[in-house]
Amino acid sequence: MTQRTRNWLLLAPAGTWFLVMLIIPLSVVLIFSFGERAPAGGVVPAFTFEQYANLPARWTAFKNTMTLAPIGTLSALLIAYPLAYFLAVKVDPKWRTILLVLVIVPFWTSILIRSYAWIFLLGGRGIPALLEWFGIEGVRLINTPFAVLIGIIYGYLPLMVFPIYVSLDKLDKRLLEASSDLGAKPWRTFLQITLPLSIPGIATGCMLVFILLMGEYLIPAMLGGGKVFFVGNALVDLFLQSRNWAYGSAVAVTLVVVMLITVTIYMRLINRLGANRDDVSIM
Amino acid sequence: MEIRGYIGDASPVNNKVIAELRGVSKRFGDVLAASDLNLSIVEGEFLSFLGPSGCGKTTALRMLAGFEVPTEGEVLLDGKVVNDLDAYHRPVNMVFQQYALFPHMTVAQNIGYGLRQVRPRLPKAHIAEKVSKALDVVQLNGFDDRRIWEMSGGQQQRVALARAIVNEPKLLLLDEPMAALDRKLRKEMQIELQNLQRKLGITFVLVTHDQEEALSMSDRICVMRDGRIVQIGSPQELYDQPNSRYVADFVGTSNFFDGKITDQDGTLTSVLLDNGLTMQGKPVGQLGKGQQVCVSVRPEQMKLHRQGEGLNVVVQNRIFLGEHTEYLVMHETLGEFLVLSPRQSEPDNGPFNAGDDLLVSWASDTALIFDNI
Repeated sequence: MTQRTRNWLLLAPAGTWFLVMLIIPLSVVLIFSFGERAPAGGVVPAFTFEQYANLPARWTAFKNTMTLAPIGTLSALLIAYPLAYFLAVKVDPKWRTILLVLVIVPFWTSILIRSYAWIFLLGGRGIPALLEWFGIEGVRLINTPFAVLIGIIYGYLPLMVFPIYVSLDKLDKRLLEASSDLGAKPWRTFLQITLPLSIPGIATGCMLVFILLMGEYLIPAMLGGGKVFFVGNALVDLFLQSRNWAYGSAVAVTLVVVMLITVTIYMRLINRLGANRDDVSIM
Repeated sequence: MEIRGYIGDASPVNNKVIAELRGVSKRFGDVLAASDLNLSIVEGEFLSFLGPSGCGKTTALRMLAGFEVPTEGEVLLDGKVVNDLDAYHRPVNMVFQQYALFPHMTVAQNIGYGLRQVRPRLPKAHIAEKVSKALDVVQLNGFDDRRIWEMSGGQQQRVALARAIVNEPKLLLLDEPMAALDRKLRKEMQIELQNLQRKLGITFVLVTHDQEEALSMSDRICVMRDGRIVQIGSPQELYDQPNSRYVADFVGTSNFFDGKITDQDGTLTSVLLDNGLTMQGKPVGQLGKGQQVCVSVRPEQMKLHRQGEGLNVVVQNRIFLGEHTEYLVMHETLGEFLVLSPRQSEPDNGPFNAGDDLLVSWASDTALIFDNI
């Protein structure tokens, strides 16, 4: 067997997977998006831009996704970084494994069940009732963008914590001593050494959370109560309820395009940030 | 010029104590890493902490740097107690074992790091000038914009050195700086480091487990064992007048013969060896009759000859060292020991060979007798 055939054989499983699971479905969706709605649901093949012309009707879904996804990512980052820092730098190594497991414990239950728990917590008999008991009345949490944000942060936190934890854990602690030895106070050591060297972890975490958030539909559906909906919810609605596959495909294609653009801009930004640091590849 | 010593002057010896350890102990949980250390470091000297791993030498260095706080005792810098002064406030810099250079900065950025932390801020041009001078001192001109991982081990070490000396520290601490270098490079760096120290006049404190390194570079050596200082002195003092078997063994090589004191007369003491022979030597410290001791003789004090007085030995092995030849010889009751023989003292018919029957002798006053602990 030549080296060449061996290489192709090694690539075959992944290539097949890529073709069957990504290229073909995406092509089908793309073709559908130019079609028309069949009377009984489904698609009549055609070549029309009618579906794309209708996109503004779903503007709110795009707006919600494009605001809550970045805000959610940023919030998750702000909460995850100190946690990851604590786990990687501060905590006694003998407790580290236990604490890391605790971070992923929520993943052992379905997000559906965990979201129900949040419905209760944020609902009338949960936190608002508690606040009322303290004399703060009229607080409404459930079915608001805030509730969705809470759900997002809760659901995606571990995905943010782990990449940052790994990059901080890899960080040579003697560099921190060296910085201190050279006269940098702890805060300046953090800004000049720890933070720049953990950028790869931050970049990976944000990327992971942001991309998954763009396609999120369960959390807005449960905690947004139909008032705060994402593009994902619009898709579920169009494909499963109204059975308007052509329009649904147009929305899906648009989401993919928006995502591609945002991620490209993001990568450019990150790489510029790390332009003078080839030592650690960002992606 | 405020950059002291960059002009190049001899090592200043004004006997001013720049740093001091007073009864310093350090405990990590149940482990006593350093115990009752007392030491004065004189301005401009090159002092080494020498000892095997775990002897507390690194702990001592880290207490001077401010990374560890002593459990007991006082650390003084420039006459002030600095026990509670954080590392970033101490006028002390360190060259780390694996250099700990910042991977996301260039060579120049690494070297300028300490200067950039100074408040109020130093002018950029001033920093650039000092960095370029430091690069000059370690002979890395033109490497300013190099990345750390583009540098060889030896070059990285120079960067680490420049990063420390650019701040003109009162003490430059070196934690086994040569451990990661190969033998040849290590030799070169030892000479360079010594020259640099003379040129800059900065006080160097080196930690090493390599006796050769300590002997060749230091003005004074502080030999440590199990968290304690065993002996402090110049390399010659430690070599010629070790105060214990431990120092005699650790500094240089020595042959040891165990026995018991039988007679003390004048300056020489007689020892009855465990195997029945009697030897004489100079006692070190307070030793009494009947005490278990060892007689220590340096290999170079022993002389090999074919005729005359001496112990009968057979040459087992010969190692040619250039100016000297090292012989492993065997005595029927003393066992094997080493003899170092200078070339010119060897007979005309060339060096001795394995299997040769020879006589070995030494002057009794070159043998030292130590308490056998």
